[in-house]
Amino acid sequence: MFKLFKSKKVAKNLAIGLASATTASGLGLALALNVDLFASDHGCYPAKYPWFHDGLFNTYDHASIRRGYEVYKQVCSACHSMRYTYFRHLVGVSHTEDEAKAEAAEAMVTDGPNEEGNMYQRPGKLSDPLPSPYPNDEAAKAANGGALPPDLSLIAFARNNGTNYIFSLLTGYHDPPAGVEVKEGLHYNPYFNGGWIAMAKALYDEVIEYTDGTPATESQLAKDVTEYLRWSSEKSHDEKKKLLLKTFLIFPPILALFYVYKRRVFTVMKSRKLMFNPTKSSGSGKH
Amino acid sequence: MALGGQIYTIFFKKSSTYFLTLCAGAFFFERFADGFSDSIFNSINKGKQWHDIKHLYGQPPEEEE
Repeated sequence: MFKLFKSKKVAKNLAIGLASATTASGLGLALALNVDLFASDHGCYPAKYPWFHDGLFNTYDHASIRRGYEVYKQVCSACHSMRYTYFRHLVGVSHTEDEAKAEAAEAMVTDGPNEEGNMYQRPGKLSDPLPSPYPNDEAAKAANGGALPPDLSLIAFARNNGTNYIFSLLTGYHDPPAGVEVKEGLHYNPYFNGGWIAMAKALYDEVIEYTDGTPATESQLAKDVTEYLRWSSEKSHDEKKKLLLKTFLIFPPILALFYVYKRRVFTVMKSRKLMFNPTKSSGSGKH
Repeated sequence: MALGGQIYTIFFKKSSTYFLTLCAGAFFFERFADGFSDSIFNSINKGKQWHDIKHLYGQPPEEEE
């Protein structure tokens, strides 16, 4: 079959070409099949916003996390819990240790049992989670017309396109379009699946006052609380990116060293010549 | 190659000195690589990290490690 081609080299090149074309199209197909169609989503697709932490080596904006915590504490925490985020997580991220201790001490926590077997109340410590507004999910549903305000600890990863979605949702409230009937107890938001959300618009201009003096516009509030929720979803994010940078710096020299070592080992193999000289005297084929 | 030969006899010829060279080299290389990548990382994220803003909240700014 290989006589069809002029030489072995042409055949080899053709084979390599075919193999790479097959691999590329296979990868392309796998990638295309892996893309979600979002066929079940009826919400608007959120715009892509320029988050600082989107860069390959970029950390969170920690001043923004601190402001976002203020927004969460004064607005969101009225209904939403964050039971997987602890006060100790704030230390060295958005608050000093003393500040975090003061934040924790503001909350009363049920602890116990004590020596008499009774539960008791004490001020919060660094090892406590952020306080939940309701004792359990059923109480939360009952207080919110049957709708459960989701726990926000991991919300940025629990929704498609997390950060952009949260920001769009928080700023996306407006009147329903003409002809759409208003639903009792629900609020129109095109970014929410189905268009009607139980949560009322929570962020308005100047709804809180930032301690660092940043103007508290609606979009600023939404951006900061989104950054805070993103941090809460992945607290190891900054360390990961630093490690990635170190990996990028270390691996090329190591690869180069391995290449040199491989060449060195293979000099013997490649310059060796093996010869087979049959002895002319023995023609019987016996061994 | 005189220098290379000297380096070879001093550091690499004996197993004991070779081992010491490896250990010392690893120590200094690690210090250098860490410091270098940290400085790049901190310059990319200037003003965004906690140690850039903590002096605003009652902690004196530290010298970079």
